[in-house]
Amino acid sequence: MDLQTLTYVVVGFTFALYIGIAIWARAGSTKDFYVAGGGIHPIQNGMATAADWMSAASFISMAGLIALSYGGYGGSVFLMGWTGGYVILAMLIAPYLRKYGKFTVPEFIGDRFYSNSARTVAVICLIICSVTYVIGQMKGVGVAFSRFLEVDYDTGLYVGMTIVFFYAVLGGMKGITYTQIAQYCVLILAYTIPAIFISLQLTGNPVPQLGLGSTLVGTDVYLLDKLDMVVTDLGFKEYTTNVRLSGINMFAYTMSLMIGTAGLPHVIIRFFTVPKVKDARSSAGWALVFIAILYTTAPAVAGMARLNLIDTLGGEDGQGLIIEDRPVWFKNWEKTGLLNFDDKNGDGRIQYSADKDVNEMVKIDNDIMVLANPEIAKLPNWVIALVAAGGLAAALSTAAGLLLAISSAISHDLLKGILTPNISEKAELNASRIAMAFAIAGAGYLGLNPPGFAAGTVALAFGLAASSIFPALMMGIFSKSITKEGAIAGMVGGIGVTLFYVFQHKGIMFIPDTAFLGDTLPNWFLGIEPNAFGVVGAAVNFTVAFVVSRVTAEPPQEVQGLVEHIRVPVGSGEANAH
Amino acid sequence: MSPLNEEQGKEYWRRNLSLMLKLLTIWFIVSYGFGIILVDVLNQIKIGGYQLGFWFAQQGSIYVFVGLIFYYAKKMAALDKEFGVEEDE
Repeated sequence: MDLQTLTYVVVGFTFALYIGIAIWARAGSTKDFYVAGGGIHPIQNGMATAADWMSAASFISMAGLIALSYGGYGGSVFLMGWTGGYVILAMLIAPYLRKYGKFTVPEFIGDRFYSNSARTVAVICLIICSVTYVIGQMKGVGVAFSRFLEVDYDTGLYVGMTIVFFYAVLGGMKGITYTQIAQYCVLILAYTIPAIFISLQLTGNPVPQLGLGSTLVGTDVYLLDKLDMVVTDLGFKEYTTNVRLSGINMFAYTMSLMIGTAGLPHVIIRFFTVPKVKDARSSAGWALVFIAILYTTAPAVAGMARLNLIDTLGGEDGQGLIIEDRPVWFKNWEKTGLLNFDDKNGDGRIQYSADKDVNEMVKIDNDIMVLANPEIAKLPNWVIALVAAGGLAAALSTAAGLLLAISSAISHDLLKGILTPNISEKAELNASRIAMAFAIAGAGYLGLNPPGFAAGTVALAFGLAASSIFPALMMGIFSKSITKEGAIAGMVGGIGVTLFYVFQHKGIMFIPDTAFLGDTLPNWFLGIEPNAFGVVGAAVNFTVAFVVSRVTAEPPQEVQGLVEHIRVPVGSGEANAH
Repeated sequence: MSPLNEEQGKEYWRRNLSLMLKLLTIWFIVSYGFGIILVDVLNQIKIGGYQLGFWFAQQGSIYVFVGLIFYYAKKMAALDKEFGVEEDE
């Protein structure tokens, strides 16, 4: 069977599986729709959370970001930032919100800060973060289709939207949970199998995490030493010590990703689906176990793929790859525009170098590190087909989780909570399905017509969540004295400062030429790049909330009771409306 | 409402916070400490092909994070029992 047919078969099979699950796991009540009935086992929830969490960015882009753009060690910000957030989530957020026992994040903020205005502000922050995030996923779906199945980007997007529509509208959280479990299995196999093969080829060790620290086959040279040597020969900075801009920037970047993780509503609501408070704690641990399998493999993929790529580009004699002799995969990926060369000196060979004037590899896209990895390592076709299915699973599972967070904020918080509190459960369930359909159509529209800011949106979504929702939740749980005025001013101030900083360096709404301060190091506050600024926004949020609370009237007695209530597990029951 | 009286409630919360603080200190040390601030110092030490600081930044911190969460979950389950505030089975 040729690769094309095989890819259709594998992807088709996974899609049939997701649709089958959708039909089996229909939602019968708002509780099914919002929190999957509240009876999901903590290990199952951990797996679903891992798929919910690991997006197209984790699956397709991260290894390449580490290997190329962030030059090795600098990429550690993603590895630590996107995992360390679960420690905060497990200790500071998830158990208390599970105890609180309702359906959405804005609902908690509205109750704790005794104000529909606070709830509305939280809904707006949630929609800003989640929409920013979902655009990247829709793009990922379109790109995966167009690269692997050679259909139009647009057609790919429509197919992806139809699948998500099917299981998210029918099943809500319940359908999403079970499809996410299936999607996790697909994506983790697709990620680890090529990594194991490559680790075996290079080091003889089948465990990529150990392979990265081993010697190369047939030599006593360590893989990482060799990598440091070849990249410095080409004029790049040493792989294992290459800092991303500065220590302060790496610190801020990592912290922004961590607290952003703990403040992203689509992740938090997953913990409303487990039966007990203690399940919420352990489920965060399981989620991180399933995430760690990919996240500890990624740096190995990054280092090994970089070494393989440099090796290929060096040609047989190390003097540069002879253009005539370049491998088939190289030609295939040139067609997609992810790889490109320009024989500047006309010697018929490709020279790869850190020096822009000499370098003839004018384009090496980050995504190539994962997408072309199996071909570079000459793995069988079924592995390549599996990678296609894995990339789609990662994008679809995250998109579905985000869409649920958006639609439940609209139907449960705005409609049921604020505008028409008297609607029946049945009407609310219908409204949530309609909201979901609109959210999918809206995300699809943005995927088809990506606004200027679609690039780099994922890291930005974390900064926005870090500066708005995370501090509000934390103060709501750990302080009895923060007032509604304080919380609202804090959220508005935090997200405002973060957006302002991003806009002033990247352009207003990312429209080029509207930036009023250049996007370069000397213009950055303390040398912190815009993607890493969420932590400063969070500090502003905390400070503003604290100061404003000092000068406004204390929260009422029943709010203090609510805070005491959520701090102990007993009497939680299952998540329900009241 | 909570079955604990005011004093017990305070004690339960104090014990939770102190456990959390200890574990978050470890969380901070392995990632920001070993992975970023002290990375150059630790890189002097090699384990196999890994420089230690680099290993903490790209591998070790993640393993410790997993351990911290399960340890917290286990300790808190015990604390809940001790104060009689665990949920019914």
